[in-house]
Amino acid sequence: MSEIATVQRSRWLLLHAVVVFAFLYLPIAVLIIYSFNGAGVGGFPPHDLTLNWYRRLFADDALWESVGNSLVVALAAVAIALGMGIPAALALDRVQFPGKALFRRLVLLPLILPGIITGLSLLMLFNIAQTKLSLLTIVLGHGTALISVATTEIFAGLQKFDRAQEEASLDLGASYWQTFWRITLPNLKLSIIGAALLIFTLSMDEIAVSFFLIGRDNTLPLEIWGRLRRGITPEINAISTIIFLFSLVTILLWYRLRVRAEGSPEIAELIETVVQGD
Amino acid sequence: MFSRAYRTAVTLTPILWITVFLLVPYLLMFCYSFWSVSASQTIVRSWNFDNYGQLVTIPVYWQTLLRSMWIAARVTVFSLLLGYPLAYFLSFYAGIRKDLYYQLVIIPLWVSYLVRAYAWKTILGSDGVLNTLLQYAHLTQHPLDFLLYSPFAVVLTLTHIYTPFMFLPIYASLEHIPRNLVEASHDLGASPFQTFWRVVLPLSIPGVLAGATFSFVLSLGDFLAPLLLGGPSGIMISNIVVSLFGAAYNWPLGAAISLCMLILVVGLLRISERLEKKWSFS
Repeated sequence: MSEIATVQRSRWLLLHAVVVFAFLYLPIAVLIIYSFNGAGVGGFPPHDLTLNWYRRLFADDALWESVGNSLVVALAAVAIALGMGIPAALALDRVQFPGKALFRRLVLLPLILPGIITGLSLLMLFNIAQTKLSLLTIVLGHGTALISVATTEIFAGLQKFDRAQEEASLDLGASYWQTFWRITLPNLKLSIIGAALLIFTLSMDEIAVSFFLIGRDNTLPLEIWGRLRRGITPEINAISTIIFLFSLVTILLWYRLRVRAEGSPEIAELIETVVQGD
Repeated sequence: MFSRAYRTAVTLTPILWITVFLLVPYLLMFCYSFWSVSASQTIVRSWNFDNYGQLVTIPVYWQTLLRSMWIAARVTVFSLLLGYPLAYFLSFYAGIRKDLYYQLVIIPLWVSYLVRAYAWKTILGSDGVLNTLLQYAHLTQHPLDFLLYSPFAVVLTLTHIYTPFMFLPIYASLEHIPRNLVEASHDLGASPFQTFWRVVLPLSIPGVLAGATFSFVLSLGDFLAPLLLGGPSGIMISNIVVSLFGAAYNWPLGAAISLCMLILVVGLLRISERLEKKWSFS
């Protein structure tokens, strides 16, 4: 094939890539720029640059309370998802039991189901059980939905790890419990941390499930949602910019781990696992 | 090699949890879909198919479902048109900058879904960024009002959200194609187009299927983008469910619609899985 044709083709593809990146980053750029815009959210060109919205943000108690609630919910969701996801991954990896294929599908389902179905089905459960909606019900929703992420990540970690170490530990007289704490868990450390970071971020951002399980206390996305319905102010741009910076830090941490835990599933493989079931 | 107690513990704990918080709620949704609401606004546990009958006989329900599928289909196609060439470019032409570009696709995923939908709202509104820019540049006299509160805004926003999700599995499947297959095709005299059409594209179909299923299913069930940007003409099926569970207070009918969505999603997953098996290499 001719070199010129290749160069031309790669130019067109590069141009397409530039357009896609512009599309992906345009809203983020607008969001950040207008968080400094004294004249409000719309209007071109931006003018009256100011830090006022950030100042107002730091004095906004309701918003910070919702940030606190979201942190608590995310941490509890990580605990549930890992607490159930680690045994689920172990069971899928090394135990034969009836209904295993169905169990696997059920665990993964919430990741591909629209959040409204997970949220509403749990709402009906809490309604029948006469449980009052609160942050606890949101925690149960997030935790259950995100077991899928923990199971996938830890199952992948188990595939890479040398079973002989566990056998040696058992042969040398350690109990199953000791072997689990001293051999299995330390070997899965990177998968577990990676899963925890991903679950934490997903829970912080979750809105569709929380929407139906909310009691009196708001999580951050629901607090933002409530304000959006009342009208828009650059204060929302300001908090979003701050969250974006935090997410960037998390993603950098996550990628440093990824590089070390080479071969762990990326989001791409997570999607394929969830869609294709194996 | 593991004791019975160990195996029982790691299996039963998650099974119990999943049963209580996933299986039982789905079954409850199934039961609710056959119940009804009395005139005094209480739920009556009498079993009948009335709710499903309403879904068929009252046009607004199935019309909205069809419109949601049409919106989701457009989102899927546009994400594919944006995501596939990008993945192809990264995998075959980006050279040493591959990793950097890859990170650049991932970063928007970490910006909250709600925040990105909100950002589009500030861009598309009648005194939003785009309209004021067009007037500032004297391209239009009056704000274009079809931009916001329309199916267009919903499709645009959801395409923005699902393009990275479409890109990721396609890129992964392109990366798995052995490069000597591509070279062999060139060496045997195939044109670059033939090589793409007969070697690269078929081998990337599993990635396309994964990305397309994910984007279609999740945009089909979305209710936040339509609430925020859709206006009356951009209402989707989940918005109807939300109102049935809220102000309209008809949980049983809402449950019937949700269950139809659940069945639709599980069916799509099965089809995608079949196709994937058919197309997967080796």
